[in-house]
Amino acid sequence: MAVTEAKYLIFLVVSIIRSAEAALVEMWTVYYRQGLAIISDYKERIFSWYRFVMGPDTENNGDSVASKLFGTLNGFMRKFLFRILSVGPVPNHLAFILDGNRRYAKKWKLQEGTGHKCGFWALMSILKYCNELGVKYVTIYAFSIDNFKRRPNEVQYVMDLMHEKIEGLLKEESIMNQYGVRVYFIGNLKLLPERVRVVAEKAMKATENNKNTVLLICVAYTSTDEIVHAAQESCQHEWDEIQAMKASESNDGGEIISNENQEEHRFINLVDLEKYFYMGVAPDVDILFRTSGETRLSNFLLWQTSTCLLYSPRALFPELGLRHLVWSVLNFQRVYPYLERRRKQV
Amino acid sequence: MPSLQLSLSISPLTDPTLSPQPKPQSLLLVPHTPLRPKHLLCCLFATAKNAIIVEDQDAVVNGRVGADTSVPAEEDLLLPAGLQKEFMPKHVAVIMDGNRRWARMRGLPVVLGYEAGIRALRRVMGLCCKWGIIRVLTVFAFSSDNWFRPKVEVDFLMRLFGRGLKDELENFVRKNIRISVIGDSSKLPKPLQELIMAATETTKNNSGLHLIVAVNYSGQRDIVQACQSIALKAKDGLIEPEDINEFLIEQELDTRCAAFPHPDLLIRTSGELRVSNFLLWQLAYTELFFTQSHWPEFGESEFLEALHSFQQRQRRYGGKNT
Repeated sequence: MAVTEAKYLIFLVVSIIRSAEAALVEMWTVYYRQGLAIISDYKERIFSWYRFVMGPDTENNGDSVASKLFGTLNGFMRKFLFRILSVGPVPNHLAFILDGNRRYAKKWKLQEGTGHKCGFWALMSILKYCNELGVKYVTIYAFSIDNFKRRPNEVQYVMDLMHEKIEGLLKEESIMNQYGVRVYFIGNLKLLPERVRVVAEKAMKATENNKNTVLLICVAYTSTDEIVHAAQESCQHEWDEIQAMKASESNDGGEIISNENQEEHRFINLVDLEKYFYMGVAPDVDILFRTSGETRLSNFLLWQTSTCLLYSPRALFPELGLRHLVWSVLNFQRVYPYLERRRKQV
Repeated sequence: MPSLQLSLSISPLTDPTLSPQPKPQSLLLVPHTPLRPKHLLCCLFATAKNAIIVEDQDAVVNGRVGADTSVPAEEDLLLPAGLQKEFMPKHVAVIMDGNRRWARMRGLPVVLGYEAGIRALRRVMGLCCKWGIIRVLTVFAFSSDNWFRPKVEVDFLMRLFGRGLKDELENFVRKNIRISVIGDSSKLPKPLQELIMAATETTKNNSGLHLIVAVNYSGQRDIVQACQSIALKAKDGLIEPEDINEFLIEQELDTRCAAFPHPDLLIRTSGELRVSNFLLWQLAYTELFFTQSHWPEFGESEFLEALHSFQQRQRRYGGKNT
C-alpha cells in the first residue's frame, strides 16, 4: 500500500539523517575534544573547538580550510536544529552546576587546575548555544560558600582564574555589548577577596545597559545563605518602618494606633522575602543541569527550583555538549503543558 | 535484564496480588539513573546469599556458614546483603507520585490507585521498621497545590487519611512508631485535624521509626512561616535582625520535631524529575533518586535499588574529595 511505502521511506530518510548527524558528532568529539588530540603533540587541540565557538576573529587563525569549513557546517546544522526546537516552548531560564572539572583533569591526566580552564571553555560554548536557542537567563554555580573549605591553593587558583576571566570580559566589553549580555554576580560578595569583588562590580556596571541575555554567575553563594540574608533584610526593613512610624506618631502627638493593629500589617510574606533574594533579578528556573551524574542540589537555588526539571547527565562538565542541551529541552517540552496548567491554577 | 526481585522472607504487610513484578529499567529513557553493573552484581549476589539464608537458618549468618557462633547484632541479621550499615541513610524522604497514573494504566478508578498507594506506604514502613537503621521517614502525601484536583478526589483523599490514621494507630503504638504531621493543617477538615492531634499526642513518646506525613505542605510556605516567627521574635526584641542565621531558621521550620531534620535520600517515583515544592531548605545536600515505577508498585526491590544507589554516591558537601 502507498501508505506503508511512504512510512518506510520516511523512516529511511530519518535514519540517514540520524546516521549522518551521529557521524559528524563522533568526528567532532574524537578529533577535537579528545581521542587524537590527546596522543598528538598539539595538546591545545583538546580545547581547539573554543576557536570555532568564539568566531573566526580570535587569536590563532592558523587553522586549515577543512576545519573552518567543518566549523561553519556545524554552526549551520546547529541553527537548523534550534529552529526545529523553537516550534515548542523554549525554556526561559537555565541553571548549571559546574561539577566535574577536577575529575576531568584527573581522567585525562592534565595538570591540576587545567580542568577548571576546560570547564570555562565548555561554559563559553554552552552560553553560545543558549544565546542561539533564545534562552534569556543563564545561571551558573561558579563557587559555593562551602567550596572555601577546599585546599587553600585550589581556592586561590579559582579566585585567580575568576579574576583573570572577569578582567578578560571587561576587555571584550564590545562583544558583550554586541550580544547584549548583562552580567550579574550573585552571592555574598563580601566573602570574596577584595580585587575579585572590585572587578566583579565593575563588570556588572559595564554591562548594565544590555537587555538581550542575562548571565548570572553565583560566587560565594549558597541558597540557605540567600534566604537568611533575605530574612535579615526584611526584618531590618520592618524594624525600620516600625521605628519610623513610632517616631512620626510621637512627633504628631496624635492618637497612638494600637500595637496589635501594627502587628497585623507587619507580617513578612512570600513577596517580601523574594524581593530581597540575590536572585530576585531573574524569574524561576526552568531546567537545572547538574553534570557528572550526581543528583543533588548542593544548596543551589533551592527556592527557585521548586518546580523545575532536574537533569543530571553523566558527562563531566567540560564534556557537556549540545546533545545534552537538546535532550533536556525536549524533556522540558514534554512536561511543560502539565506544569503550565498547574501554574495557572495556583 | 535479570529480575530485581529479591527472595527475602515476605513481610506480612506485603500484598502480592496488587504489586506486580517491577518492570526493568529502560536505560534509554532514564539516562540520569543508570543501573551500573555494580548494582546488578550486588543484587544478584544478594539473591544468591539470601537463598542460602532461607535454606539453612541455623547454620548460616549473612552467608557465612557454620563456624562463627558469636551472636550478631539484631540489625546485621535483618539488613539485606549488599548494604552496608554505616552508609545507610538516617532520614529518607519520599514523594509518592503516580497513584492516579498507575490506576489509569490498569483501567481502575483513581481512588483504587490511592488505596494501593497506602498499601505501598505500609510496605515501606514495614521495611524501615525491620531494618531499624532508617530513623525518620518523611512522605509527601498532599501538596498545597493539590487542592486544585477534582473535589471528589480531594474529599476521598481526606477521608482516606482519616481512615488510615484511625486504623493504623494501634499498629503505631505496638510497633513504637511516632507520627507527626507537617504542613498547614488549618485548612484540613475539622475531624481530620482532631484525628491528627490525637495520633500525634498518643505517639509522641515513641522511640522507634518517626513517620512524618506532609499534608497541605509547601516548602516555600514552610520557609516563609519560619521567617515570620523569627521576625516576630525580632520585633519583640528577643533577637537582633543581624543575629538571624541558618540555625535559627532551622529551629522554626516544620521539621524541627525530627531528630534528623535533613533527609539523606529523597526518592521520587513515576519518573518525574522535579522536587515539586517539597522540603526545599532541608534538601540542600540530599541525594535525589528518581525511579520510573509508580508509587503503588514501589516495593522492596525498588527501595533496595534506591539504597544501593545512595551507598554508591560520594558526598562531599562542597569540600574536597574524601
